[in-house]
Amino acid sequence: MEKRVVFEHRWLPYALLAPQLLVTAVFFLWPAGQALVQATQLPDPFGLSTEFVGLENFEYLFGDRYYRASFLTTATFSALVTAVSMSVALLLAVLADGVIKGSGVYRTLLIWPYAVAPAIAGVMWLFMFNPSIGLVAYWLKAFGVTWNHVLDPEQAMGLVVLASSWKQVSYNFLFFLAGLQAIPRSLIEAAAIDGATAWHRFRTIVFPLLSPTTFFLLVVNVVYAFFETFGVIDTITRGGPGQSTMIMVYKVYADGFVGQDLGSSAAQSVVLMGIVGMLTVVQFRFVERRVHY
Amino acid sequence: MPNRRSLAATAVALTLSAGAFATPAAAAEIQFWHAMSNRLNELLDEQVAKFNASQDEHTVVATNKGNYSEALNAGIAAFRAGEQPTLLQVFEVGTATMMNAKGAIKPVHELMAETGTEFDPSIYLAAVAGYYTTSDGKMLSLPYNSSTPVLYVNDDALADAGAADMPLQTWDEVGEVLAKLQEAGNDCPMTTAWQSWIHLENLSAYHDVPFASEDNGFAGVDTTLELNGEAQVRHVGNLGQWAQDGRFVYAGRRNEGGARFNAGECALFTESSAGYANTRAQAEFDFSIHPLPYYDDVEGAPQNTIIGGASLWAMAGKSDEEYQAAAAFLNFLSTPDIQAQWHQDTGYLPITMAAYEQTKASGFYEENPGTDIAIVQMTGKAPTANSKGIRLGNFDQIRGVIDEELEAVWTGDKPAQEAMDSAAERGDELLRRFERTAGR
Repeated sequence: MEKRVVFEHRWLPYALLAPQLLVTAVFFLWPAGQALVQATQLPDPFGLSTEFVGLENFEYLFGDRYYRASFLTTATFSALVTAVSMSVALLLAVLADGVIKGSGVYRTLLIWPYAVAPAIAGVMWLFMFNPSIGLVAYWLKAFGVTWNHVLDPEQAMGLVVLASSWKQVSYNFLFFLAGLQAIPRSLIEAAAIDGATAWHRFRTIVFPLLSPTTFFLLVVNVVYAFFETFGVIDTITRGGPGQSTMIMVYKVYADGFVGQDLGSSAAQSVVLMGIVGMLTVVQFRFVERRVHY
Repeated sequence: MPNRRSLAATAVALTLSAGAFATPAAAAEIQFWHAMSNRLNELLDEQVAKFNASQDEHTVVATNKGNYSEALNAGIAAFRAGEQPTLLQVFEVGTATMMNAKGAIKPVHELMAETGTEFDPSIYLAAVAGYYTTSDGKMLSLPYNSSTPVLYVNDDALADAGAADMPLQTWDEVGEVLAKLQEAGNDCPMTTAWQSWIHLENLSAYHDVPFASEDNGFAGVDTTLELNGEAQVRHVGNLGQWAQDGRFVYAGRRNEGGARFNAGECALFTESSAGYANTRAQAEFDFSIHPLPYYDDVEGAPQNTIIGGASLWAMAGKSDEEYQAAAAFLNFLSTPDIQAQWHQDTGYLPITMAAYEQTKASGFYEENPGTDIAIVQMTGKAPTANSKGIRLGNFDQIRGVIDEELEAVWTGDKPAQEAMDSAAERGDELLRRFERTAGR
């Protein structure tokens, strides 16, 4: 019997793709379409009546200085989370790569935080840093640092960045470790024989060869920081104090589901969709060029 | 073996007779969504259990849906999905939103009329019921738990600081007591709950100055905020100064301060009179209740304070049986025994005159000094246009804005005038947005 790579039946590929296409249509295209429609409406909270207002929701948004400020907050937050989680993960991966004895234990311990739900992670960190009863807040007081993230915007940002990065380090660690192990030992050894220091080896051989992994993780981390950190923000600061941790995805929720202003919320989610789409396109066009496959 | 024909005949007979067994009385199980937690939740559950046990026609199922904002949003979301409860507890700031949702609510006066239930609106205390009544006297929602802010004092802490005999009537006097506490090494002389409600909304009413135009919103949806007036800015400025020098410690927007006061950490605590339930249960120190302080150099002060708390709304789109059950339950809650018990256990105001008289006659106020302060503070003077209450759309979001601006004052980021001006401006935007949806 001859091996065939070409499908005989013409409908088979479509049938195999259909479930995925259905899921994409139902869970992405349909809600996205609804968001676009709702962004042009001004409904009342109970949904009893609605008024078509065209692009007015968008005008209202961009005229609101708090919305414009949330762009900066989101950019700062995402940059910090991505930078912290990727660099810590890379460091840990490089260290874990060199361990032979008990490596399984180290790797398990470094990987399990990924299984913790974002909301649980948020509550956990909130407990540790609670100004009245938190352990870490208590120790910080001993060092003379008054910790009150309920009032201090920078401390609040620091705390949510910490809680979000902690979770993501495990994910990045996994990929970096795999990437490191794919690098041929012979290259490293040859460089070592030639007298290259560890840092030099890392900079010129290991890091460039890791670039596919790094690029992939960059995209994933940015998306994570934009969207999946919702649970952390909701449990720790709810966007406060004074909107200093109000990232865009949280503002969509706060304005829509808490504030009952569904028109503005839909408009915000449309804008957010556009931004993340654009970011991903930018990343693929410009950053991917520097990736060595 | 029974033959097929007799089987069929039996089945038909049973089905027909099942119709005859159907209860003619309108019996139903209704959902009651609320936001009471901890001790208040326990007490509410007791009331519901009493009602269910007192008759076998109707059953009420009470569910806690989180805090007030969460409960309102759950109700709204449920309505949009067609799954609304029969009764929903909505806090006072949600009143305008509910009132303007004409297709979503069943006003109480209509509910009572349609189900043929006896209902006399005059038995309710005017100061309380007025908040939830239209301008032509039609009651829209049943006042359930109304409170007013008072000052809780940790007497042990004051005694330790040597401030036990110092007066606490005016804010200036309070400032001195706080300084004394601080000198004695107290880390948290004063904290508060619900800062916007107590220190802006009630401050305005208590000093007979407007919080918003159009009689605080009662007269129309084209109202604008006026909370950046002289009295309000002065008070926020004072609190800001105290926050900077450590006399006032900010704990959070809602009732986070309660945990600290009840644990004995803070000496003075401005909070709802209904904090009594938790404080009585948890405090391991001597505490007393004082009237809310005021500025005695402002003309018209002290006027009266306004209510906070919540009322019960019946939602539209339920069956007649469910409305029968709801009407019966609302009447049950208004009986003097139930109201008097609820008032004495929780610190919420008695909703009816009868409950107040009953409590007075039983000597409760003598045995528990300070528990009648809330009532006296609210009903001592006839309310003016500035002190009947506040009715604003999107009020929960406006409170959020106010909370943010106040937080900026506490951290020293903004001076009081600038913060209040900004709050008024941002709040007005929200009011205009509400006005557009309310007009339709």
